[in-house]
Amino acid sequence: MNQSARRSNFLIWAWTLFVLVLVYLPIVCGALAGLSKSRYFGFPVARWSTEWWSRALESFEVQTIVKTSLAIALIVTLVAVVVAFFGALAFARYDWKGRRLYQKLVLLPIFFPQPVLGLALLLWFNAVGIQPTWQTAIFAHLVWIVPVVTLVIAIQVYGFDPALEEAAADLGAGRLFVLREITLPILWPGVWSGALFAFLLSWGNFPLSLYTTGADSTVPEWLYSKMVAGYTPMVPALGTMSTLAAATLLLAGGLIAALLRRRAAGKAASA
Amino acid sequence: MSGATAVADASRLAVGASPARTRAAFRLSRGALCSLPVGLTLLLGFVAPLATVAAYAFATPKSFDVFRSFTLTNFASIFDPANTVWQSFVWSLGLAVLTVVALAVVAYPIAWGLARSFGRWSGFISVLFVFPLFVSENVRLYGWTLFFLKNGVLDGTLKLVGGAGPEVLYTPGAILFGMVYVYLPFMLFPMTLGLAMVPKDLVEAARDLGASRLLIWREIELPLATPGVLIGMLLTFVLAVGAVAESKVLGGQSVIVITHDIEIAFTYAQNWPLGSALALLLTVIVGALSLAALAKLDLDRILGRR
Repeated sequence: MNQSARRSNFLIWAWTLFVLVLVYLPIVCGALAGLSKSRYFGFPVARWSTEWWSRALESFEVQTIVKTSLAIALIVTLVAVVVAFFGALAFARYDWKGRRLYQKLVLLPIFFPQPVLGLALLLWFNAVGIQPTWQTAIFAHLVWIVPVVTLVIAIQVYGFDPALEEAAADLGAGRLFVLREITLPILWPGVWSGALFAFLLSWGNFPLSLYTTGADSTVPEWLYSKMVAGYTPMVPALGTMSTLAAATLLLAGGLIAALLRRRAAGKAASA
Repeated sequence: MSGATAVADASRLAVGASPARTRAAFRLSRGALCSLPVGLTLLLGFVAPLATVAAYAFATPKSFDVFRSFTLTNFASIFDPANTVWQSFVWSLGLAVLTVVALAVVAYPIAWGLARSFGRWSGFISVLFVFPLFVSENVRLYGWTLFFLKNGVLDGTLKLVGGAGPEVLYTPGAILFGMVYVYLPFMLFPMTLGLAMVPKDLVEAARDLGASRLLIWREIELPLATPGVLIGMLLTFVLAVGAVAESKVLGGQSVIVITHDIEIAFTYAQNWPLGSALALLLTVIVGALSLAALAKLDLDRILGRR
């Protein structure tokens, strides 16, 4: 590497680290506010306290919204992964007539402002006479999350050799057997990251939930309503908890994936 | 691994033996079949709601007479010179253009690093940039409020050394900053995909032949990375045009963006037809842009089919 290349490499690293600091700075600010004793945030923090954390944990209201958010995210994950798995096969695995068009249609909900999509769904629910509740929010989340998960799994499908599936079929394996023994084991890293994406995107979603949960409320919705009116340090405290929960899940998901990959590699080596 | 190769070899023998025509028919039906669940979700959750919005846009103002009335009054009132809603459109479009330009500059070096020079670190750095997507944007934007607030992190720190924080909150600049902040990953990752498509040997060959860095960038890197860069720009533009959280949390409503106007029409004003007409105009802008750009792209190539 010559000197100018080394210098530009250094500058790129420095810039990336600087932007990363900015990316996490507001999250750190929220954590500070949630841990300060005074009701109104001031920096430097005069007195620290975990009071707002424990109050958030004890609040019945908070427990209810956390349960709602969890229920929505879990069901969204299950449905989105199944739908998107087949969607990804149609996206990247099979050559079929409508594929090019389908690929572009799948992207449209991602290329669409979410607040407007949320309002459009509200209108649609109203037109067909469905009362919005947390269940309708599940559907709303799916409209946006299924395309994202489809893309995530599709990237894995692109690296998949269709000959393996065909070989098993030619050797007499049934469709279900091929799916269970060949397709799923090869594609599971994509399915796994798709599931993580689905859960975490649903957990953090605000604009779709805002219009489609009706009288129910999710964690981001509750936080927003308290930011606008009735701020207490419980808001940044719960925000921080929610962020930490997401980070833990992501970390655990990554570790499990790494562990399973190692075990699979070990099995292949010993076989 | 050797087992997999053996199976693949067996399949190649088998493919030679089986009639090609039946295989083609088999594939066609399966692909269409697999697309059905996604297709149904999008039909019921995307096409139908947008059709409802379109229907409402032509209903009598301040009524709920969808499908029963037809009028252009809503559009007439939007284009009425006395109506100031055009300002919201101008703000939203202007802020979106500035967001895209700012993000292109901010994200390019990082995308280059991720695609080229970070090596084994690039996976970890990608995760660090993805993670904020899982924290709802209003929580992150509120963190910036705490940072810029009077007596907040910036002001408090500057006071320690005898200064005072600048008053940036509740200005259009703060909204722009919030948008650039929130939509960074949507520019960064498509851009990285695009830059990863530029063959390294091509750049090296050009360098060996004596091309300057500017020339390499202009003649090789940028044209070959265009699909990814284009997706990133389109995605951030579309999301920024419809953004509302930034102006509410960081802008303190100093600027009313178009989505905010739509929301007001749906909530306080109880004028669903007017809100729908505005949403339809926004959808047309966004949809026309997306479809025009997507039509030019080969997704198989970008996402890695070989």
